[in-house]
Amino acid sequence: MAEKLLVNPIDCEGHGACAELLPEAITLDEWGFPVVDPRPLPPGLERNARAAVSACPTLALRLVRP
Amino acid sequence: MSGINSSTALWYTSRATGVVALLLLTAVMLLGLLVTRQGRLPGLPRFAVSGLHRNLSLLATAFVAVHVLSAVTDGYVNIPITAAVVPLTSPYERLWLGIGAVSFDLMLAAVVTSLLRRHLSRKAWRAVHLTAYVSWPVAWVHSVFSSGDLQHGPLLYLAIACALAVIVAVLWRVSAAASDVPRAERVGLLMSAFHGKARRRQPDDARPAERTLSQ
Amino acid sequence: MTAVTEDTKDAATALPRLLPPPETKKADDWRAHAGRHGRLPYRDRQGVLISDLEAAGLTGRGGAAFPVHRKLRAVLDAADKRRRTPAVIANGAESEPASDKDATLLWLSPHLVLDGLQLAAEAVGADTAILYTHVNREHDVGSRLKEALQARQAAGVDRVPVQLAQAPARFLSGQETALINHLAGGPAIPTFMPPRITERGLRGVPTLVQNAETLAHLALIARKGPGWFRRVGTDAEPGSMLVTIHRADGRPRISEVPLGIPLKDLTGEISQESAVLIGGYHGTWLTGREARALTLDNRSLARADARVGAGIVITLPPDRCGLVETARVVRYLALESAGQCGPCLNGLPRIAAALAEIAGGRARAQAVADIERWSGLVAGRGACHHPDGTTRFVRSALRTFAAEVDRHQRGRCSASVTRPFLPVPSDAARTEHDWI
Repeated sequence: MAEKLLVNPIDCEGHGACAELLPEAITLDEWGFPVVDPRPLPPGLERNARAAVSACPTLALRLVRP
Repeated sequence: MSGINSSTALWYTSRATGVVALLLLTAVMLLGLLVTRQGRLPGLPRFAVSGLHRNLSLLATAFVAVHVLSAVTDGYVNIPITAAVVPLTSPYERLWLGIGAVSFDLMLAAVVTSLLRRHLSRKAWRAVHLTAYVSWPVAWVHSVFSSGDLQHGPLLYLAIACALAVIVAVLWRVSAAASDVPRAERVGLLMSAFHGKARRRQPDDARPAERTLSQ
Repeated sequence: MTAVTEDTKDAATALPRLLPPPETKKADDWRAHAGRHGRLPYRDRQGVLISDLEAAGLTGRGGAAFPVHRKLRAVLDAADKRRRTPAVIANGAESEPASDKDATLLWLSPHLVLDGLQLAAEAVGADTAILYTHVNREHDVGSRLKEALQARQAAGVDRVPVQLAQAPARFLSGQETALINHLAGGPAIPTFMPPRITERGLRGVPTLVQNAETLAHLALIARKGPGWFRRVGTDAEPGSMLVTIHRADGRPRISEVPLGIPLKDLTGEISQESAVLIGGYHGTWLTGREARALTLDNRSLARADARVGAGIVITLPPDRCGLVETARVVRYLALESAGQCGPCLNGLPRIAAALAEIAGGRARAQAVADIERWSGLVAGRGACHHPDGTTRFVRSALRTFAAEVDRHQRGRCSASVTRPFLPVPSDAARTEHDWI
């Protein structure tokens, strides 16, 4: 089943690496914090999503089963 | 002249990989400091800073591993394998190699805890990662004093350059962080900046219906 | 203590249920309570109460209206699955400044809440029970509760010992995860879920947090059954609830009313020029005309994008300015942000500032558009619902007081009194210059 992205807003410090690696699902707001698409990940983006999760310096981004 | 035997080759390998490891670890320190300040490398995307920090640290670990193994395997001097992780157990250059072992232990801890970061509490991971501030200087001391290589010539300048780079970077990080507002106080600061300004010209008294708001 | 009004005169659906009848004029001590309600009906088996609660349709009275049986079931299941003994917490923190119903309930009928706490503990198999109260109230609820616990101990009625704990005077201190964070020794600020506290809460065990009033209803359902509970209220939203009513003329009143009661029965005559705030500071402003047509239940209020919440109904007097009041409250709400999440931390102060400008007649042309944009940006992006509730409140103000916004942008205001109306704590308030 397709997973979806979840960001822990407390851990998130707005580094912005996630939005660079997954612009299809994550954009940055005017303060540099991620706006994450809440819908399940379309197929084909899994790999980039995992890269984004792994690139977060504070491990704020996660992939979860809905 | 006596040929270059395998022992000599191993010894040279150890010295060479040691130098490269020091360079890589210096780069890893600098990149780590850059990540904490959300800095960027010119021309590179944001994820490159943390990505490079991670990849170079793994590369550095590989180089340190080769550095250690080649020194141990080489038969010219006696260095037991355990001396790589247990300080002060090498009959050869007991002190300086012991220091190397300390640095290597801390480095391994930082790398392993980072690889297993998902399973650790934030505090635990951070506590171990902060030992990098000890590990790097200790590695530097080990590099400079356990053989004469970095004590003269270009390698000496290299060692000094690495030390200066890390010192400057740490000072920059500390001074920038000093003007950081702790999380608990950020609300007050932002309210002061926005709301305080908005309220500075505040009209006050009661007036009859349809009163005019003073500017 | 807040005055308690006389309620519906219909004997078959006699109210009040939770509070002692107004003619007794005092709180129920242990003997009075036992005389009025009978003994505590332990079930002696886990889970039995839960099906009664499901049949009764009891939902939480703390604001979220979550079905109580589902919460208990979740804790029970998690306890079974993880083989941990759960904890139950009665939430009397009532950190909403305009609400006084939990404090009143704890003052007048502490034993009902304590009964409910014991029954809930039995239902989920808990070995820890905590009653969490707010310190900043007119009367010393703490000492009243200590007396009550002593009386119960003497009567040997409590099976799980109850600990009393105090909430700090912060708006977020009643939030479930903030409450647990504080009880665990940390600051009273939220933590991120997952995992839910029903899975992993206080000290890592499955934890049931239930509003104090909810537990009081639970204690009565256990005695009188789900059918009795459903005799008042609506089919979809059965039962009664305590409401805090602020009318234009005076002090707040606590009343126990059936769900579905017309709002105008609570507020009295609603004039064209007045406005009604439903649900407290995370609630919704309604125009007088809207309020006249609605009833106190979520199905009705949903038509105006409002919710019952914790039952706070405030009528703004026509001589006050809704924008000035809202701006004052939003300043408080922004200062009460935990400051942990980027969107809330950045958005709320800016919204508060823009509202202050509008209220003061000094707003730039895009102030309203900015507020709308920021509200859209912060809602749903925090670890708790503080930004969502605050922006709901703000947007409803801009909508309900749209004519007033125009007036202010022309430098005028329709209010004749600027004395503050909505209660905002001043002793606990931080200012722009206080560091938390």
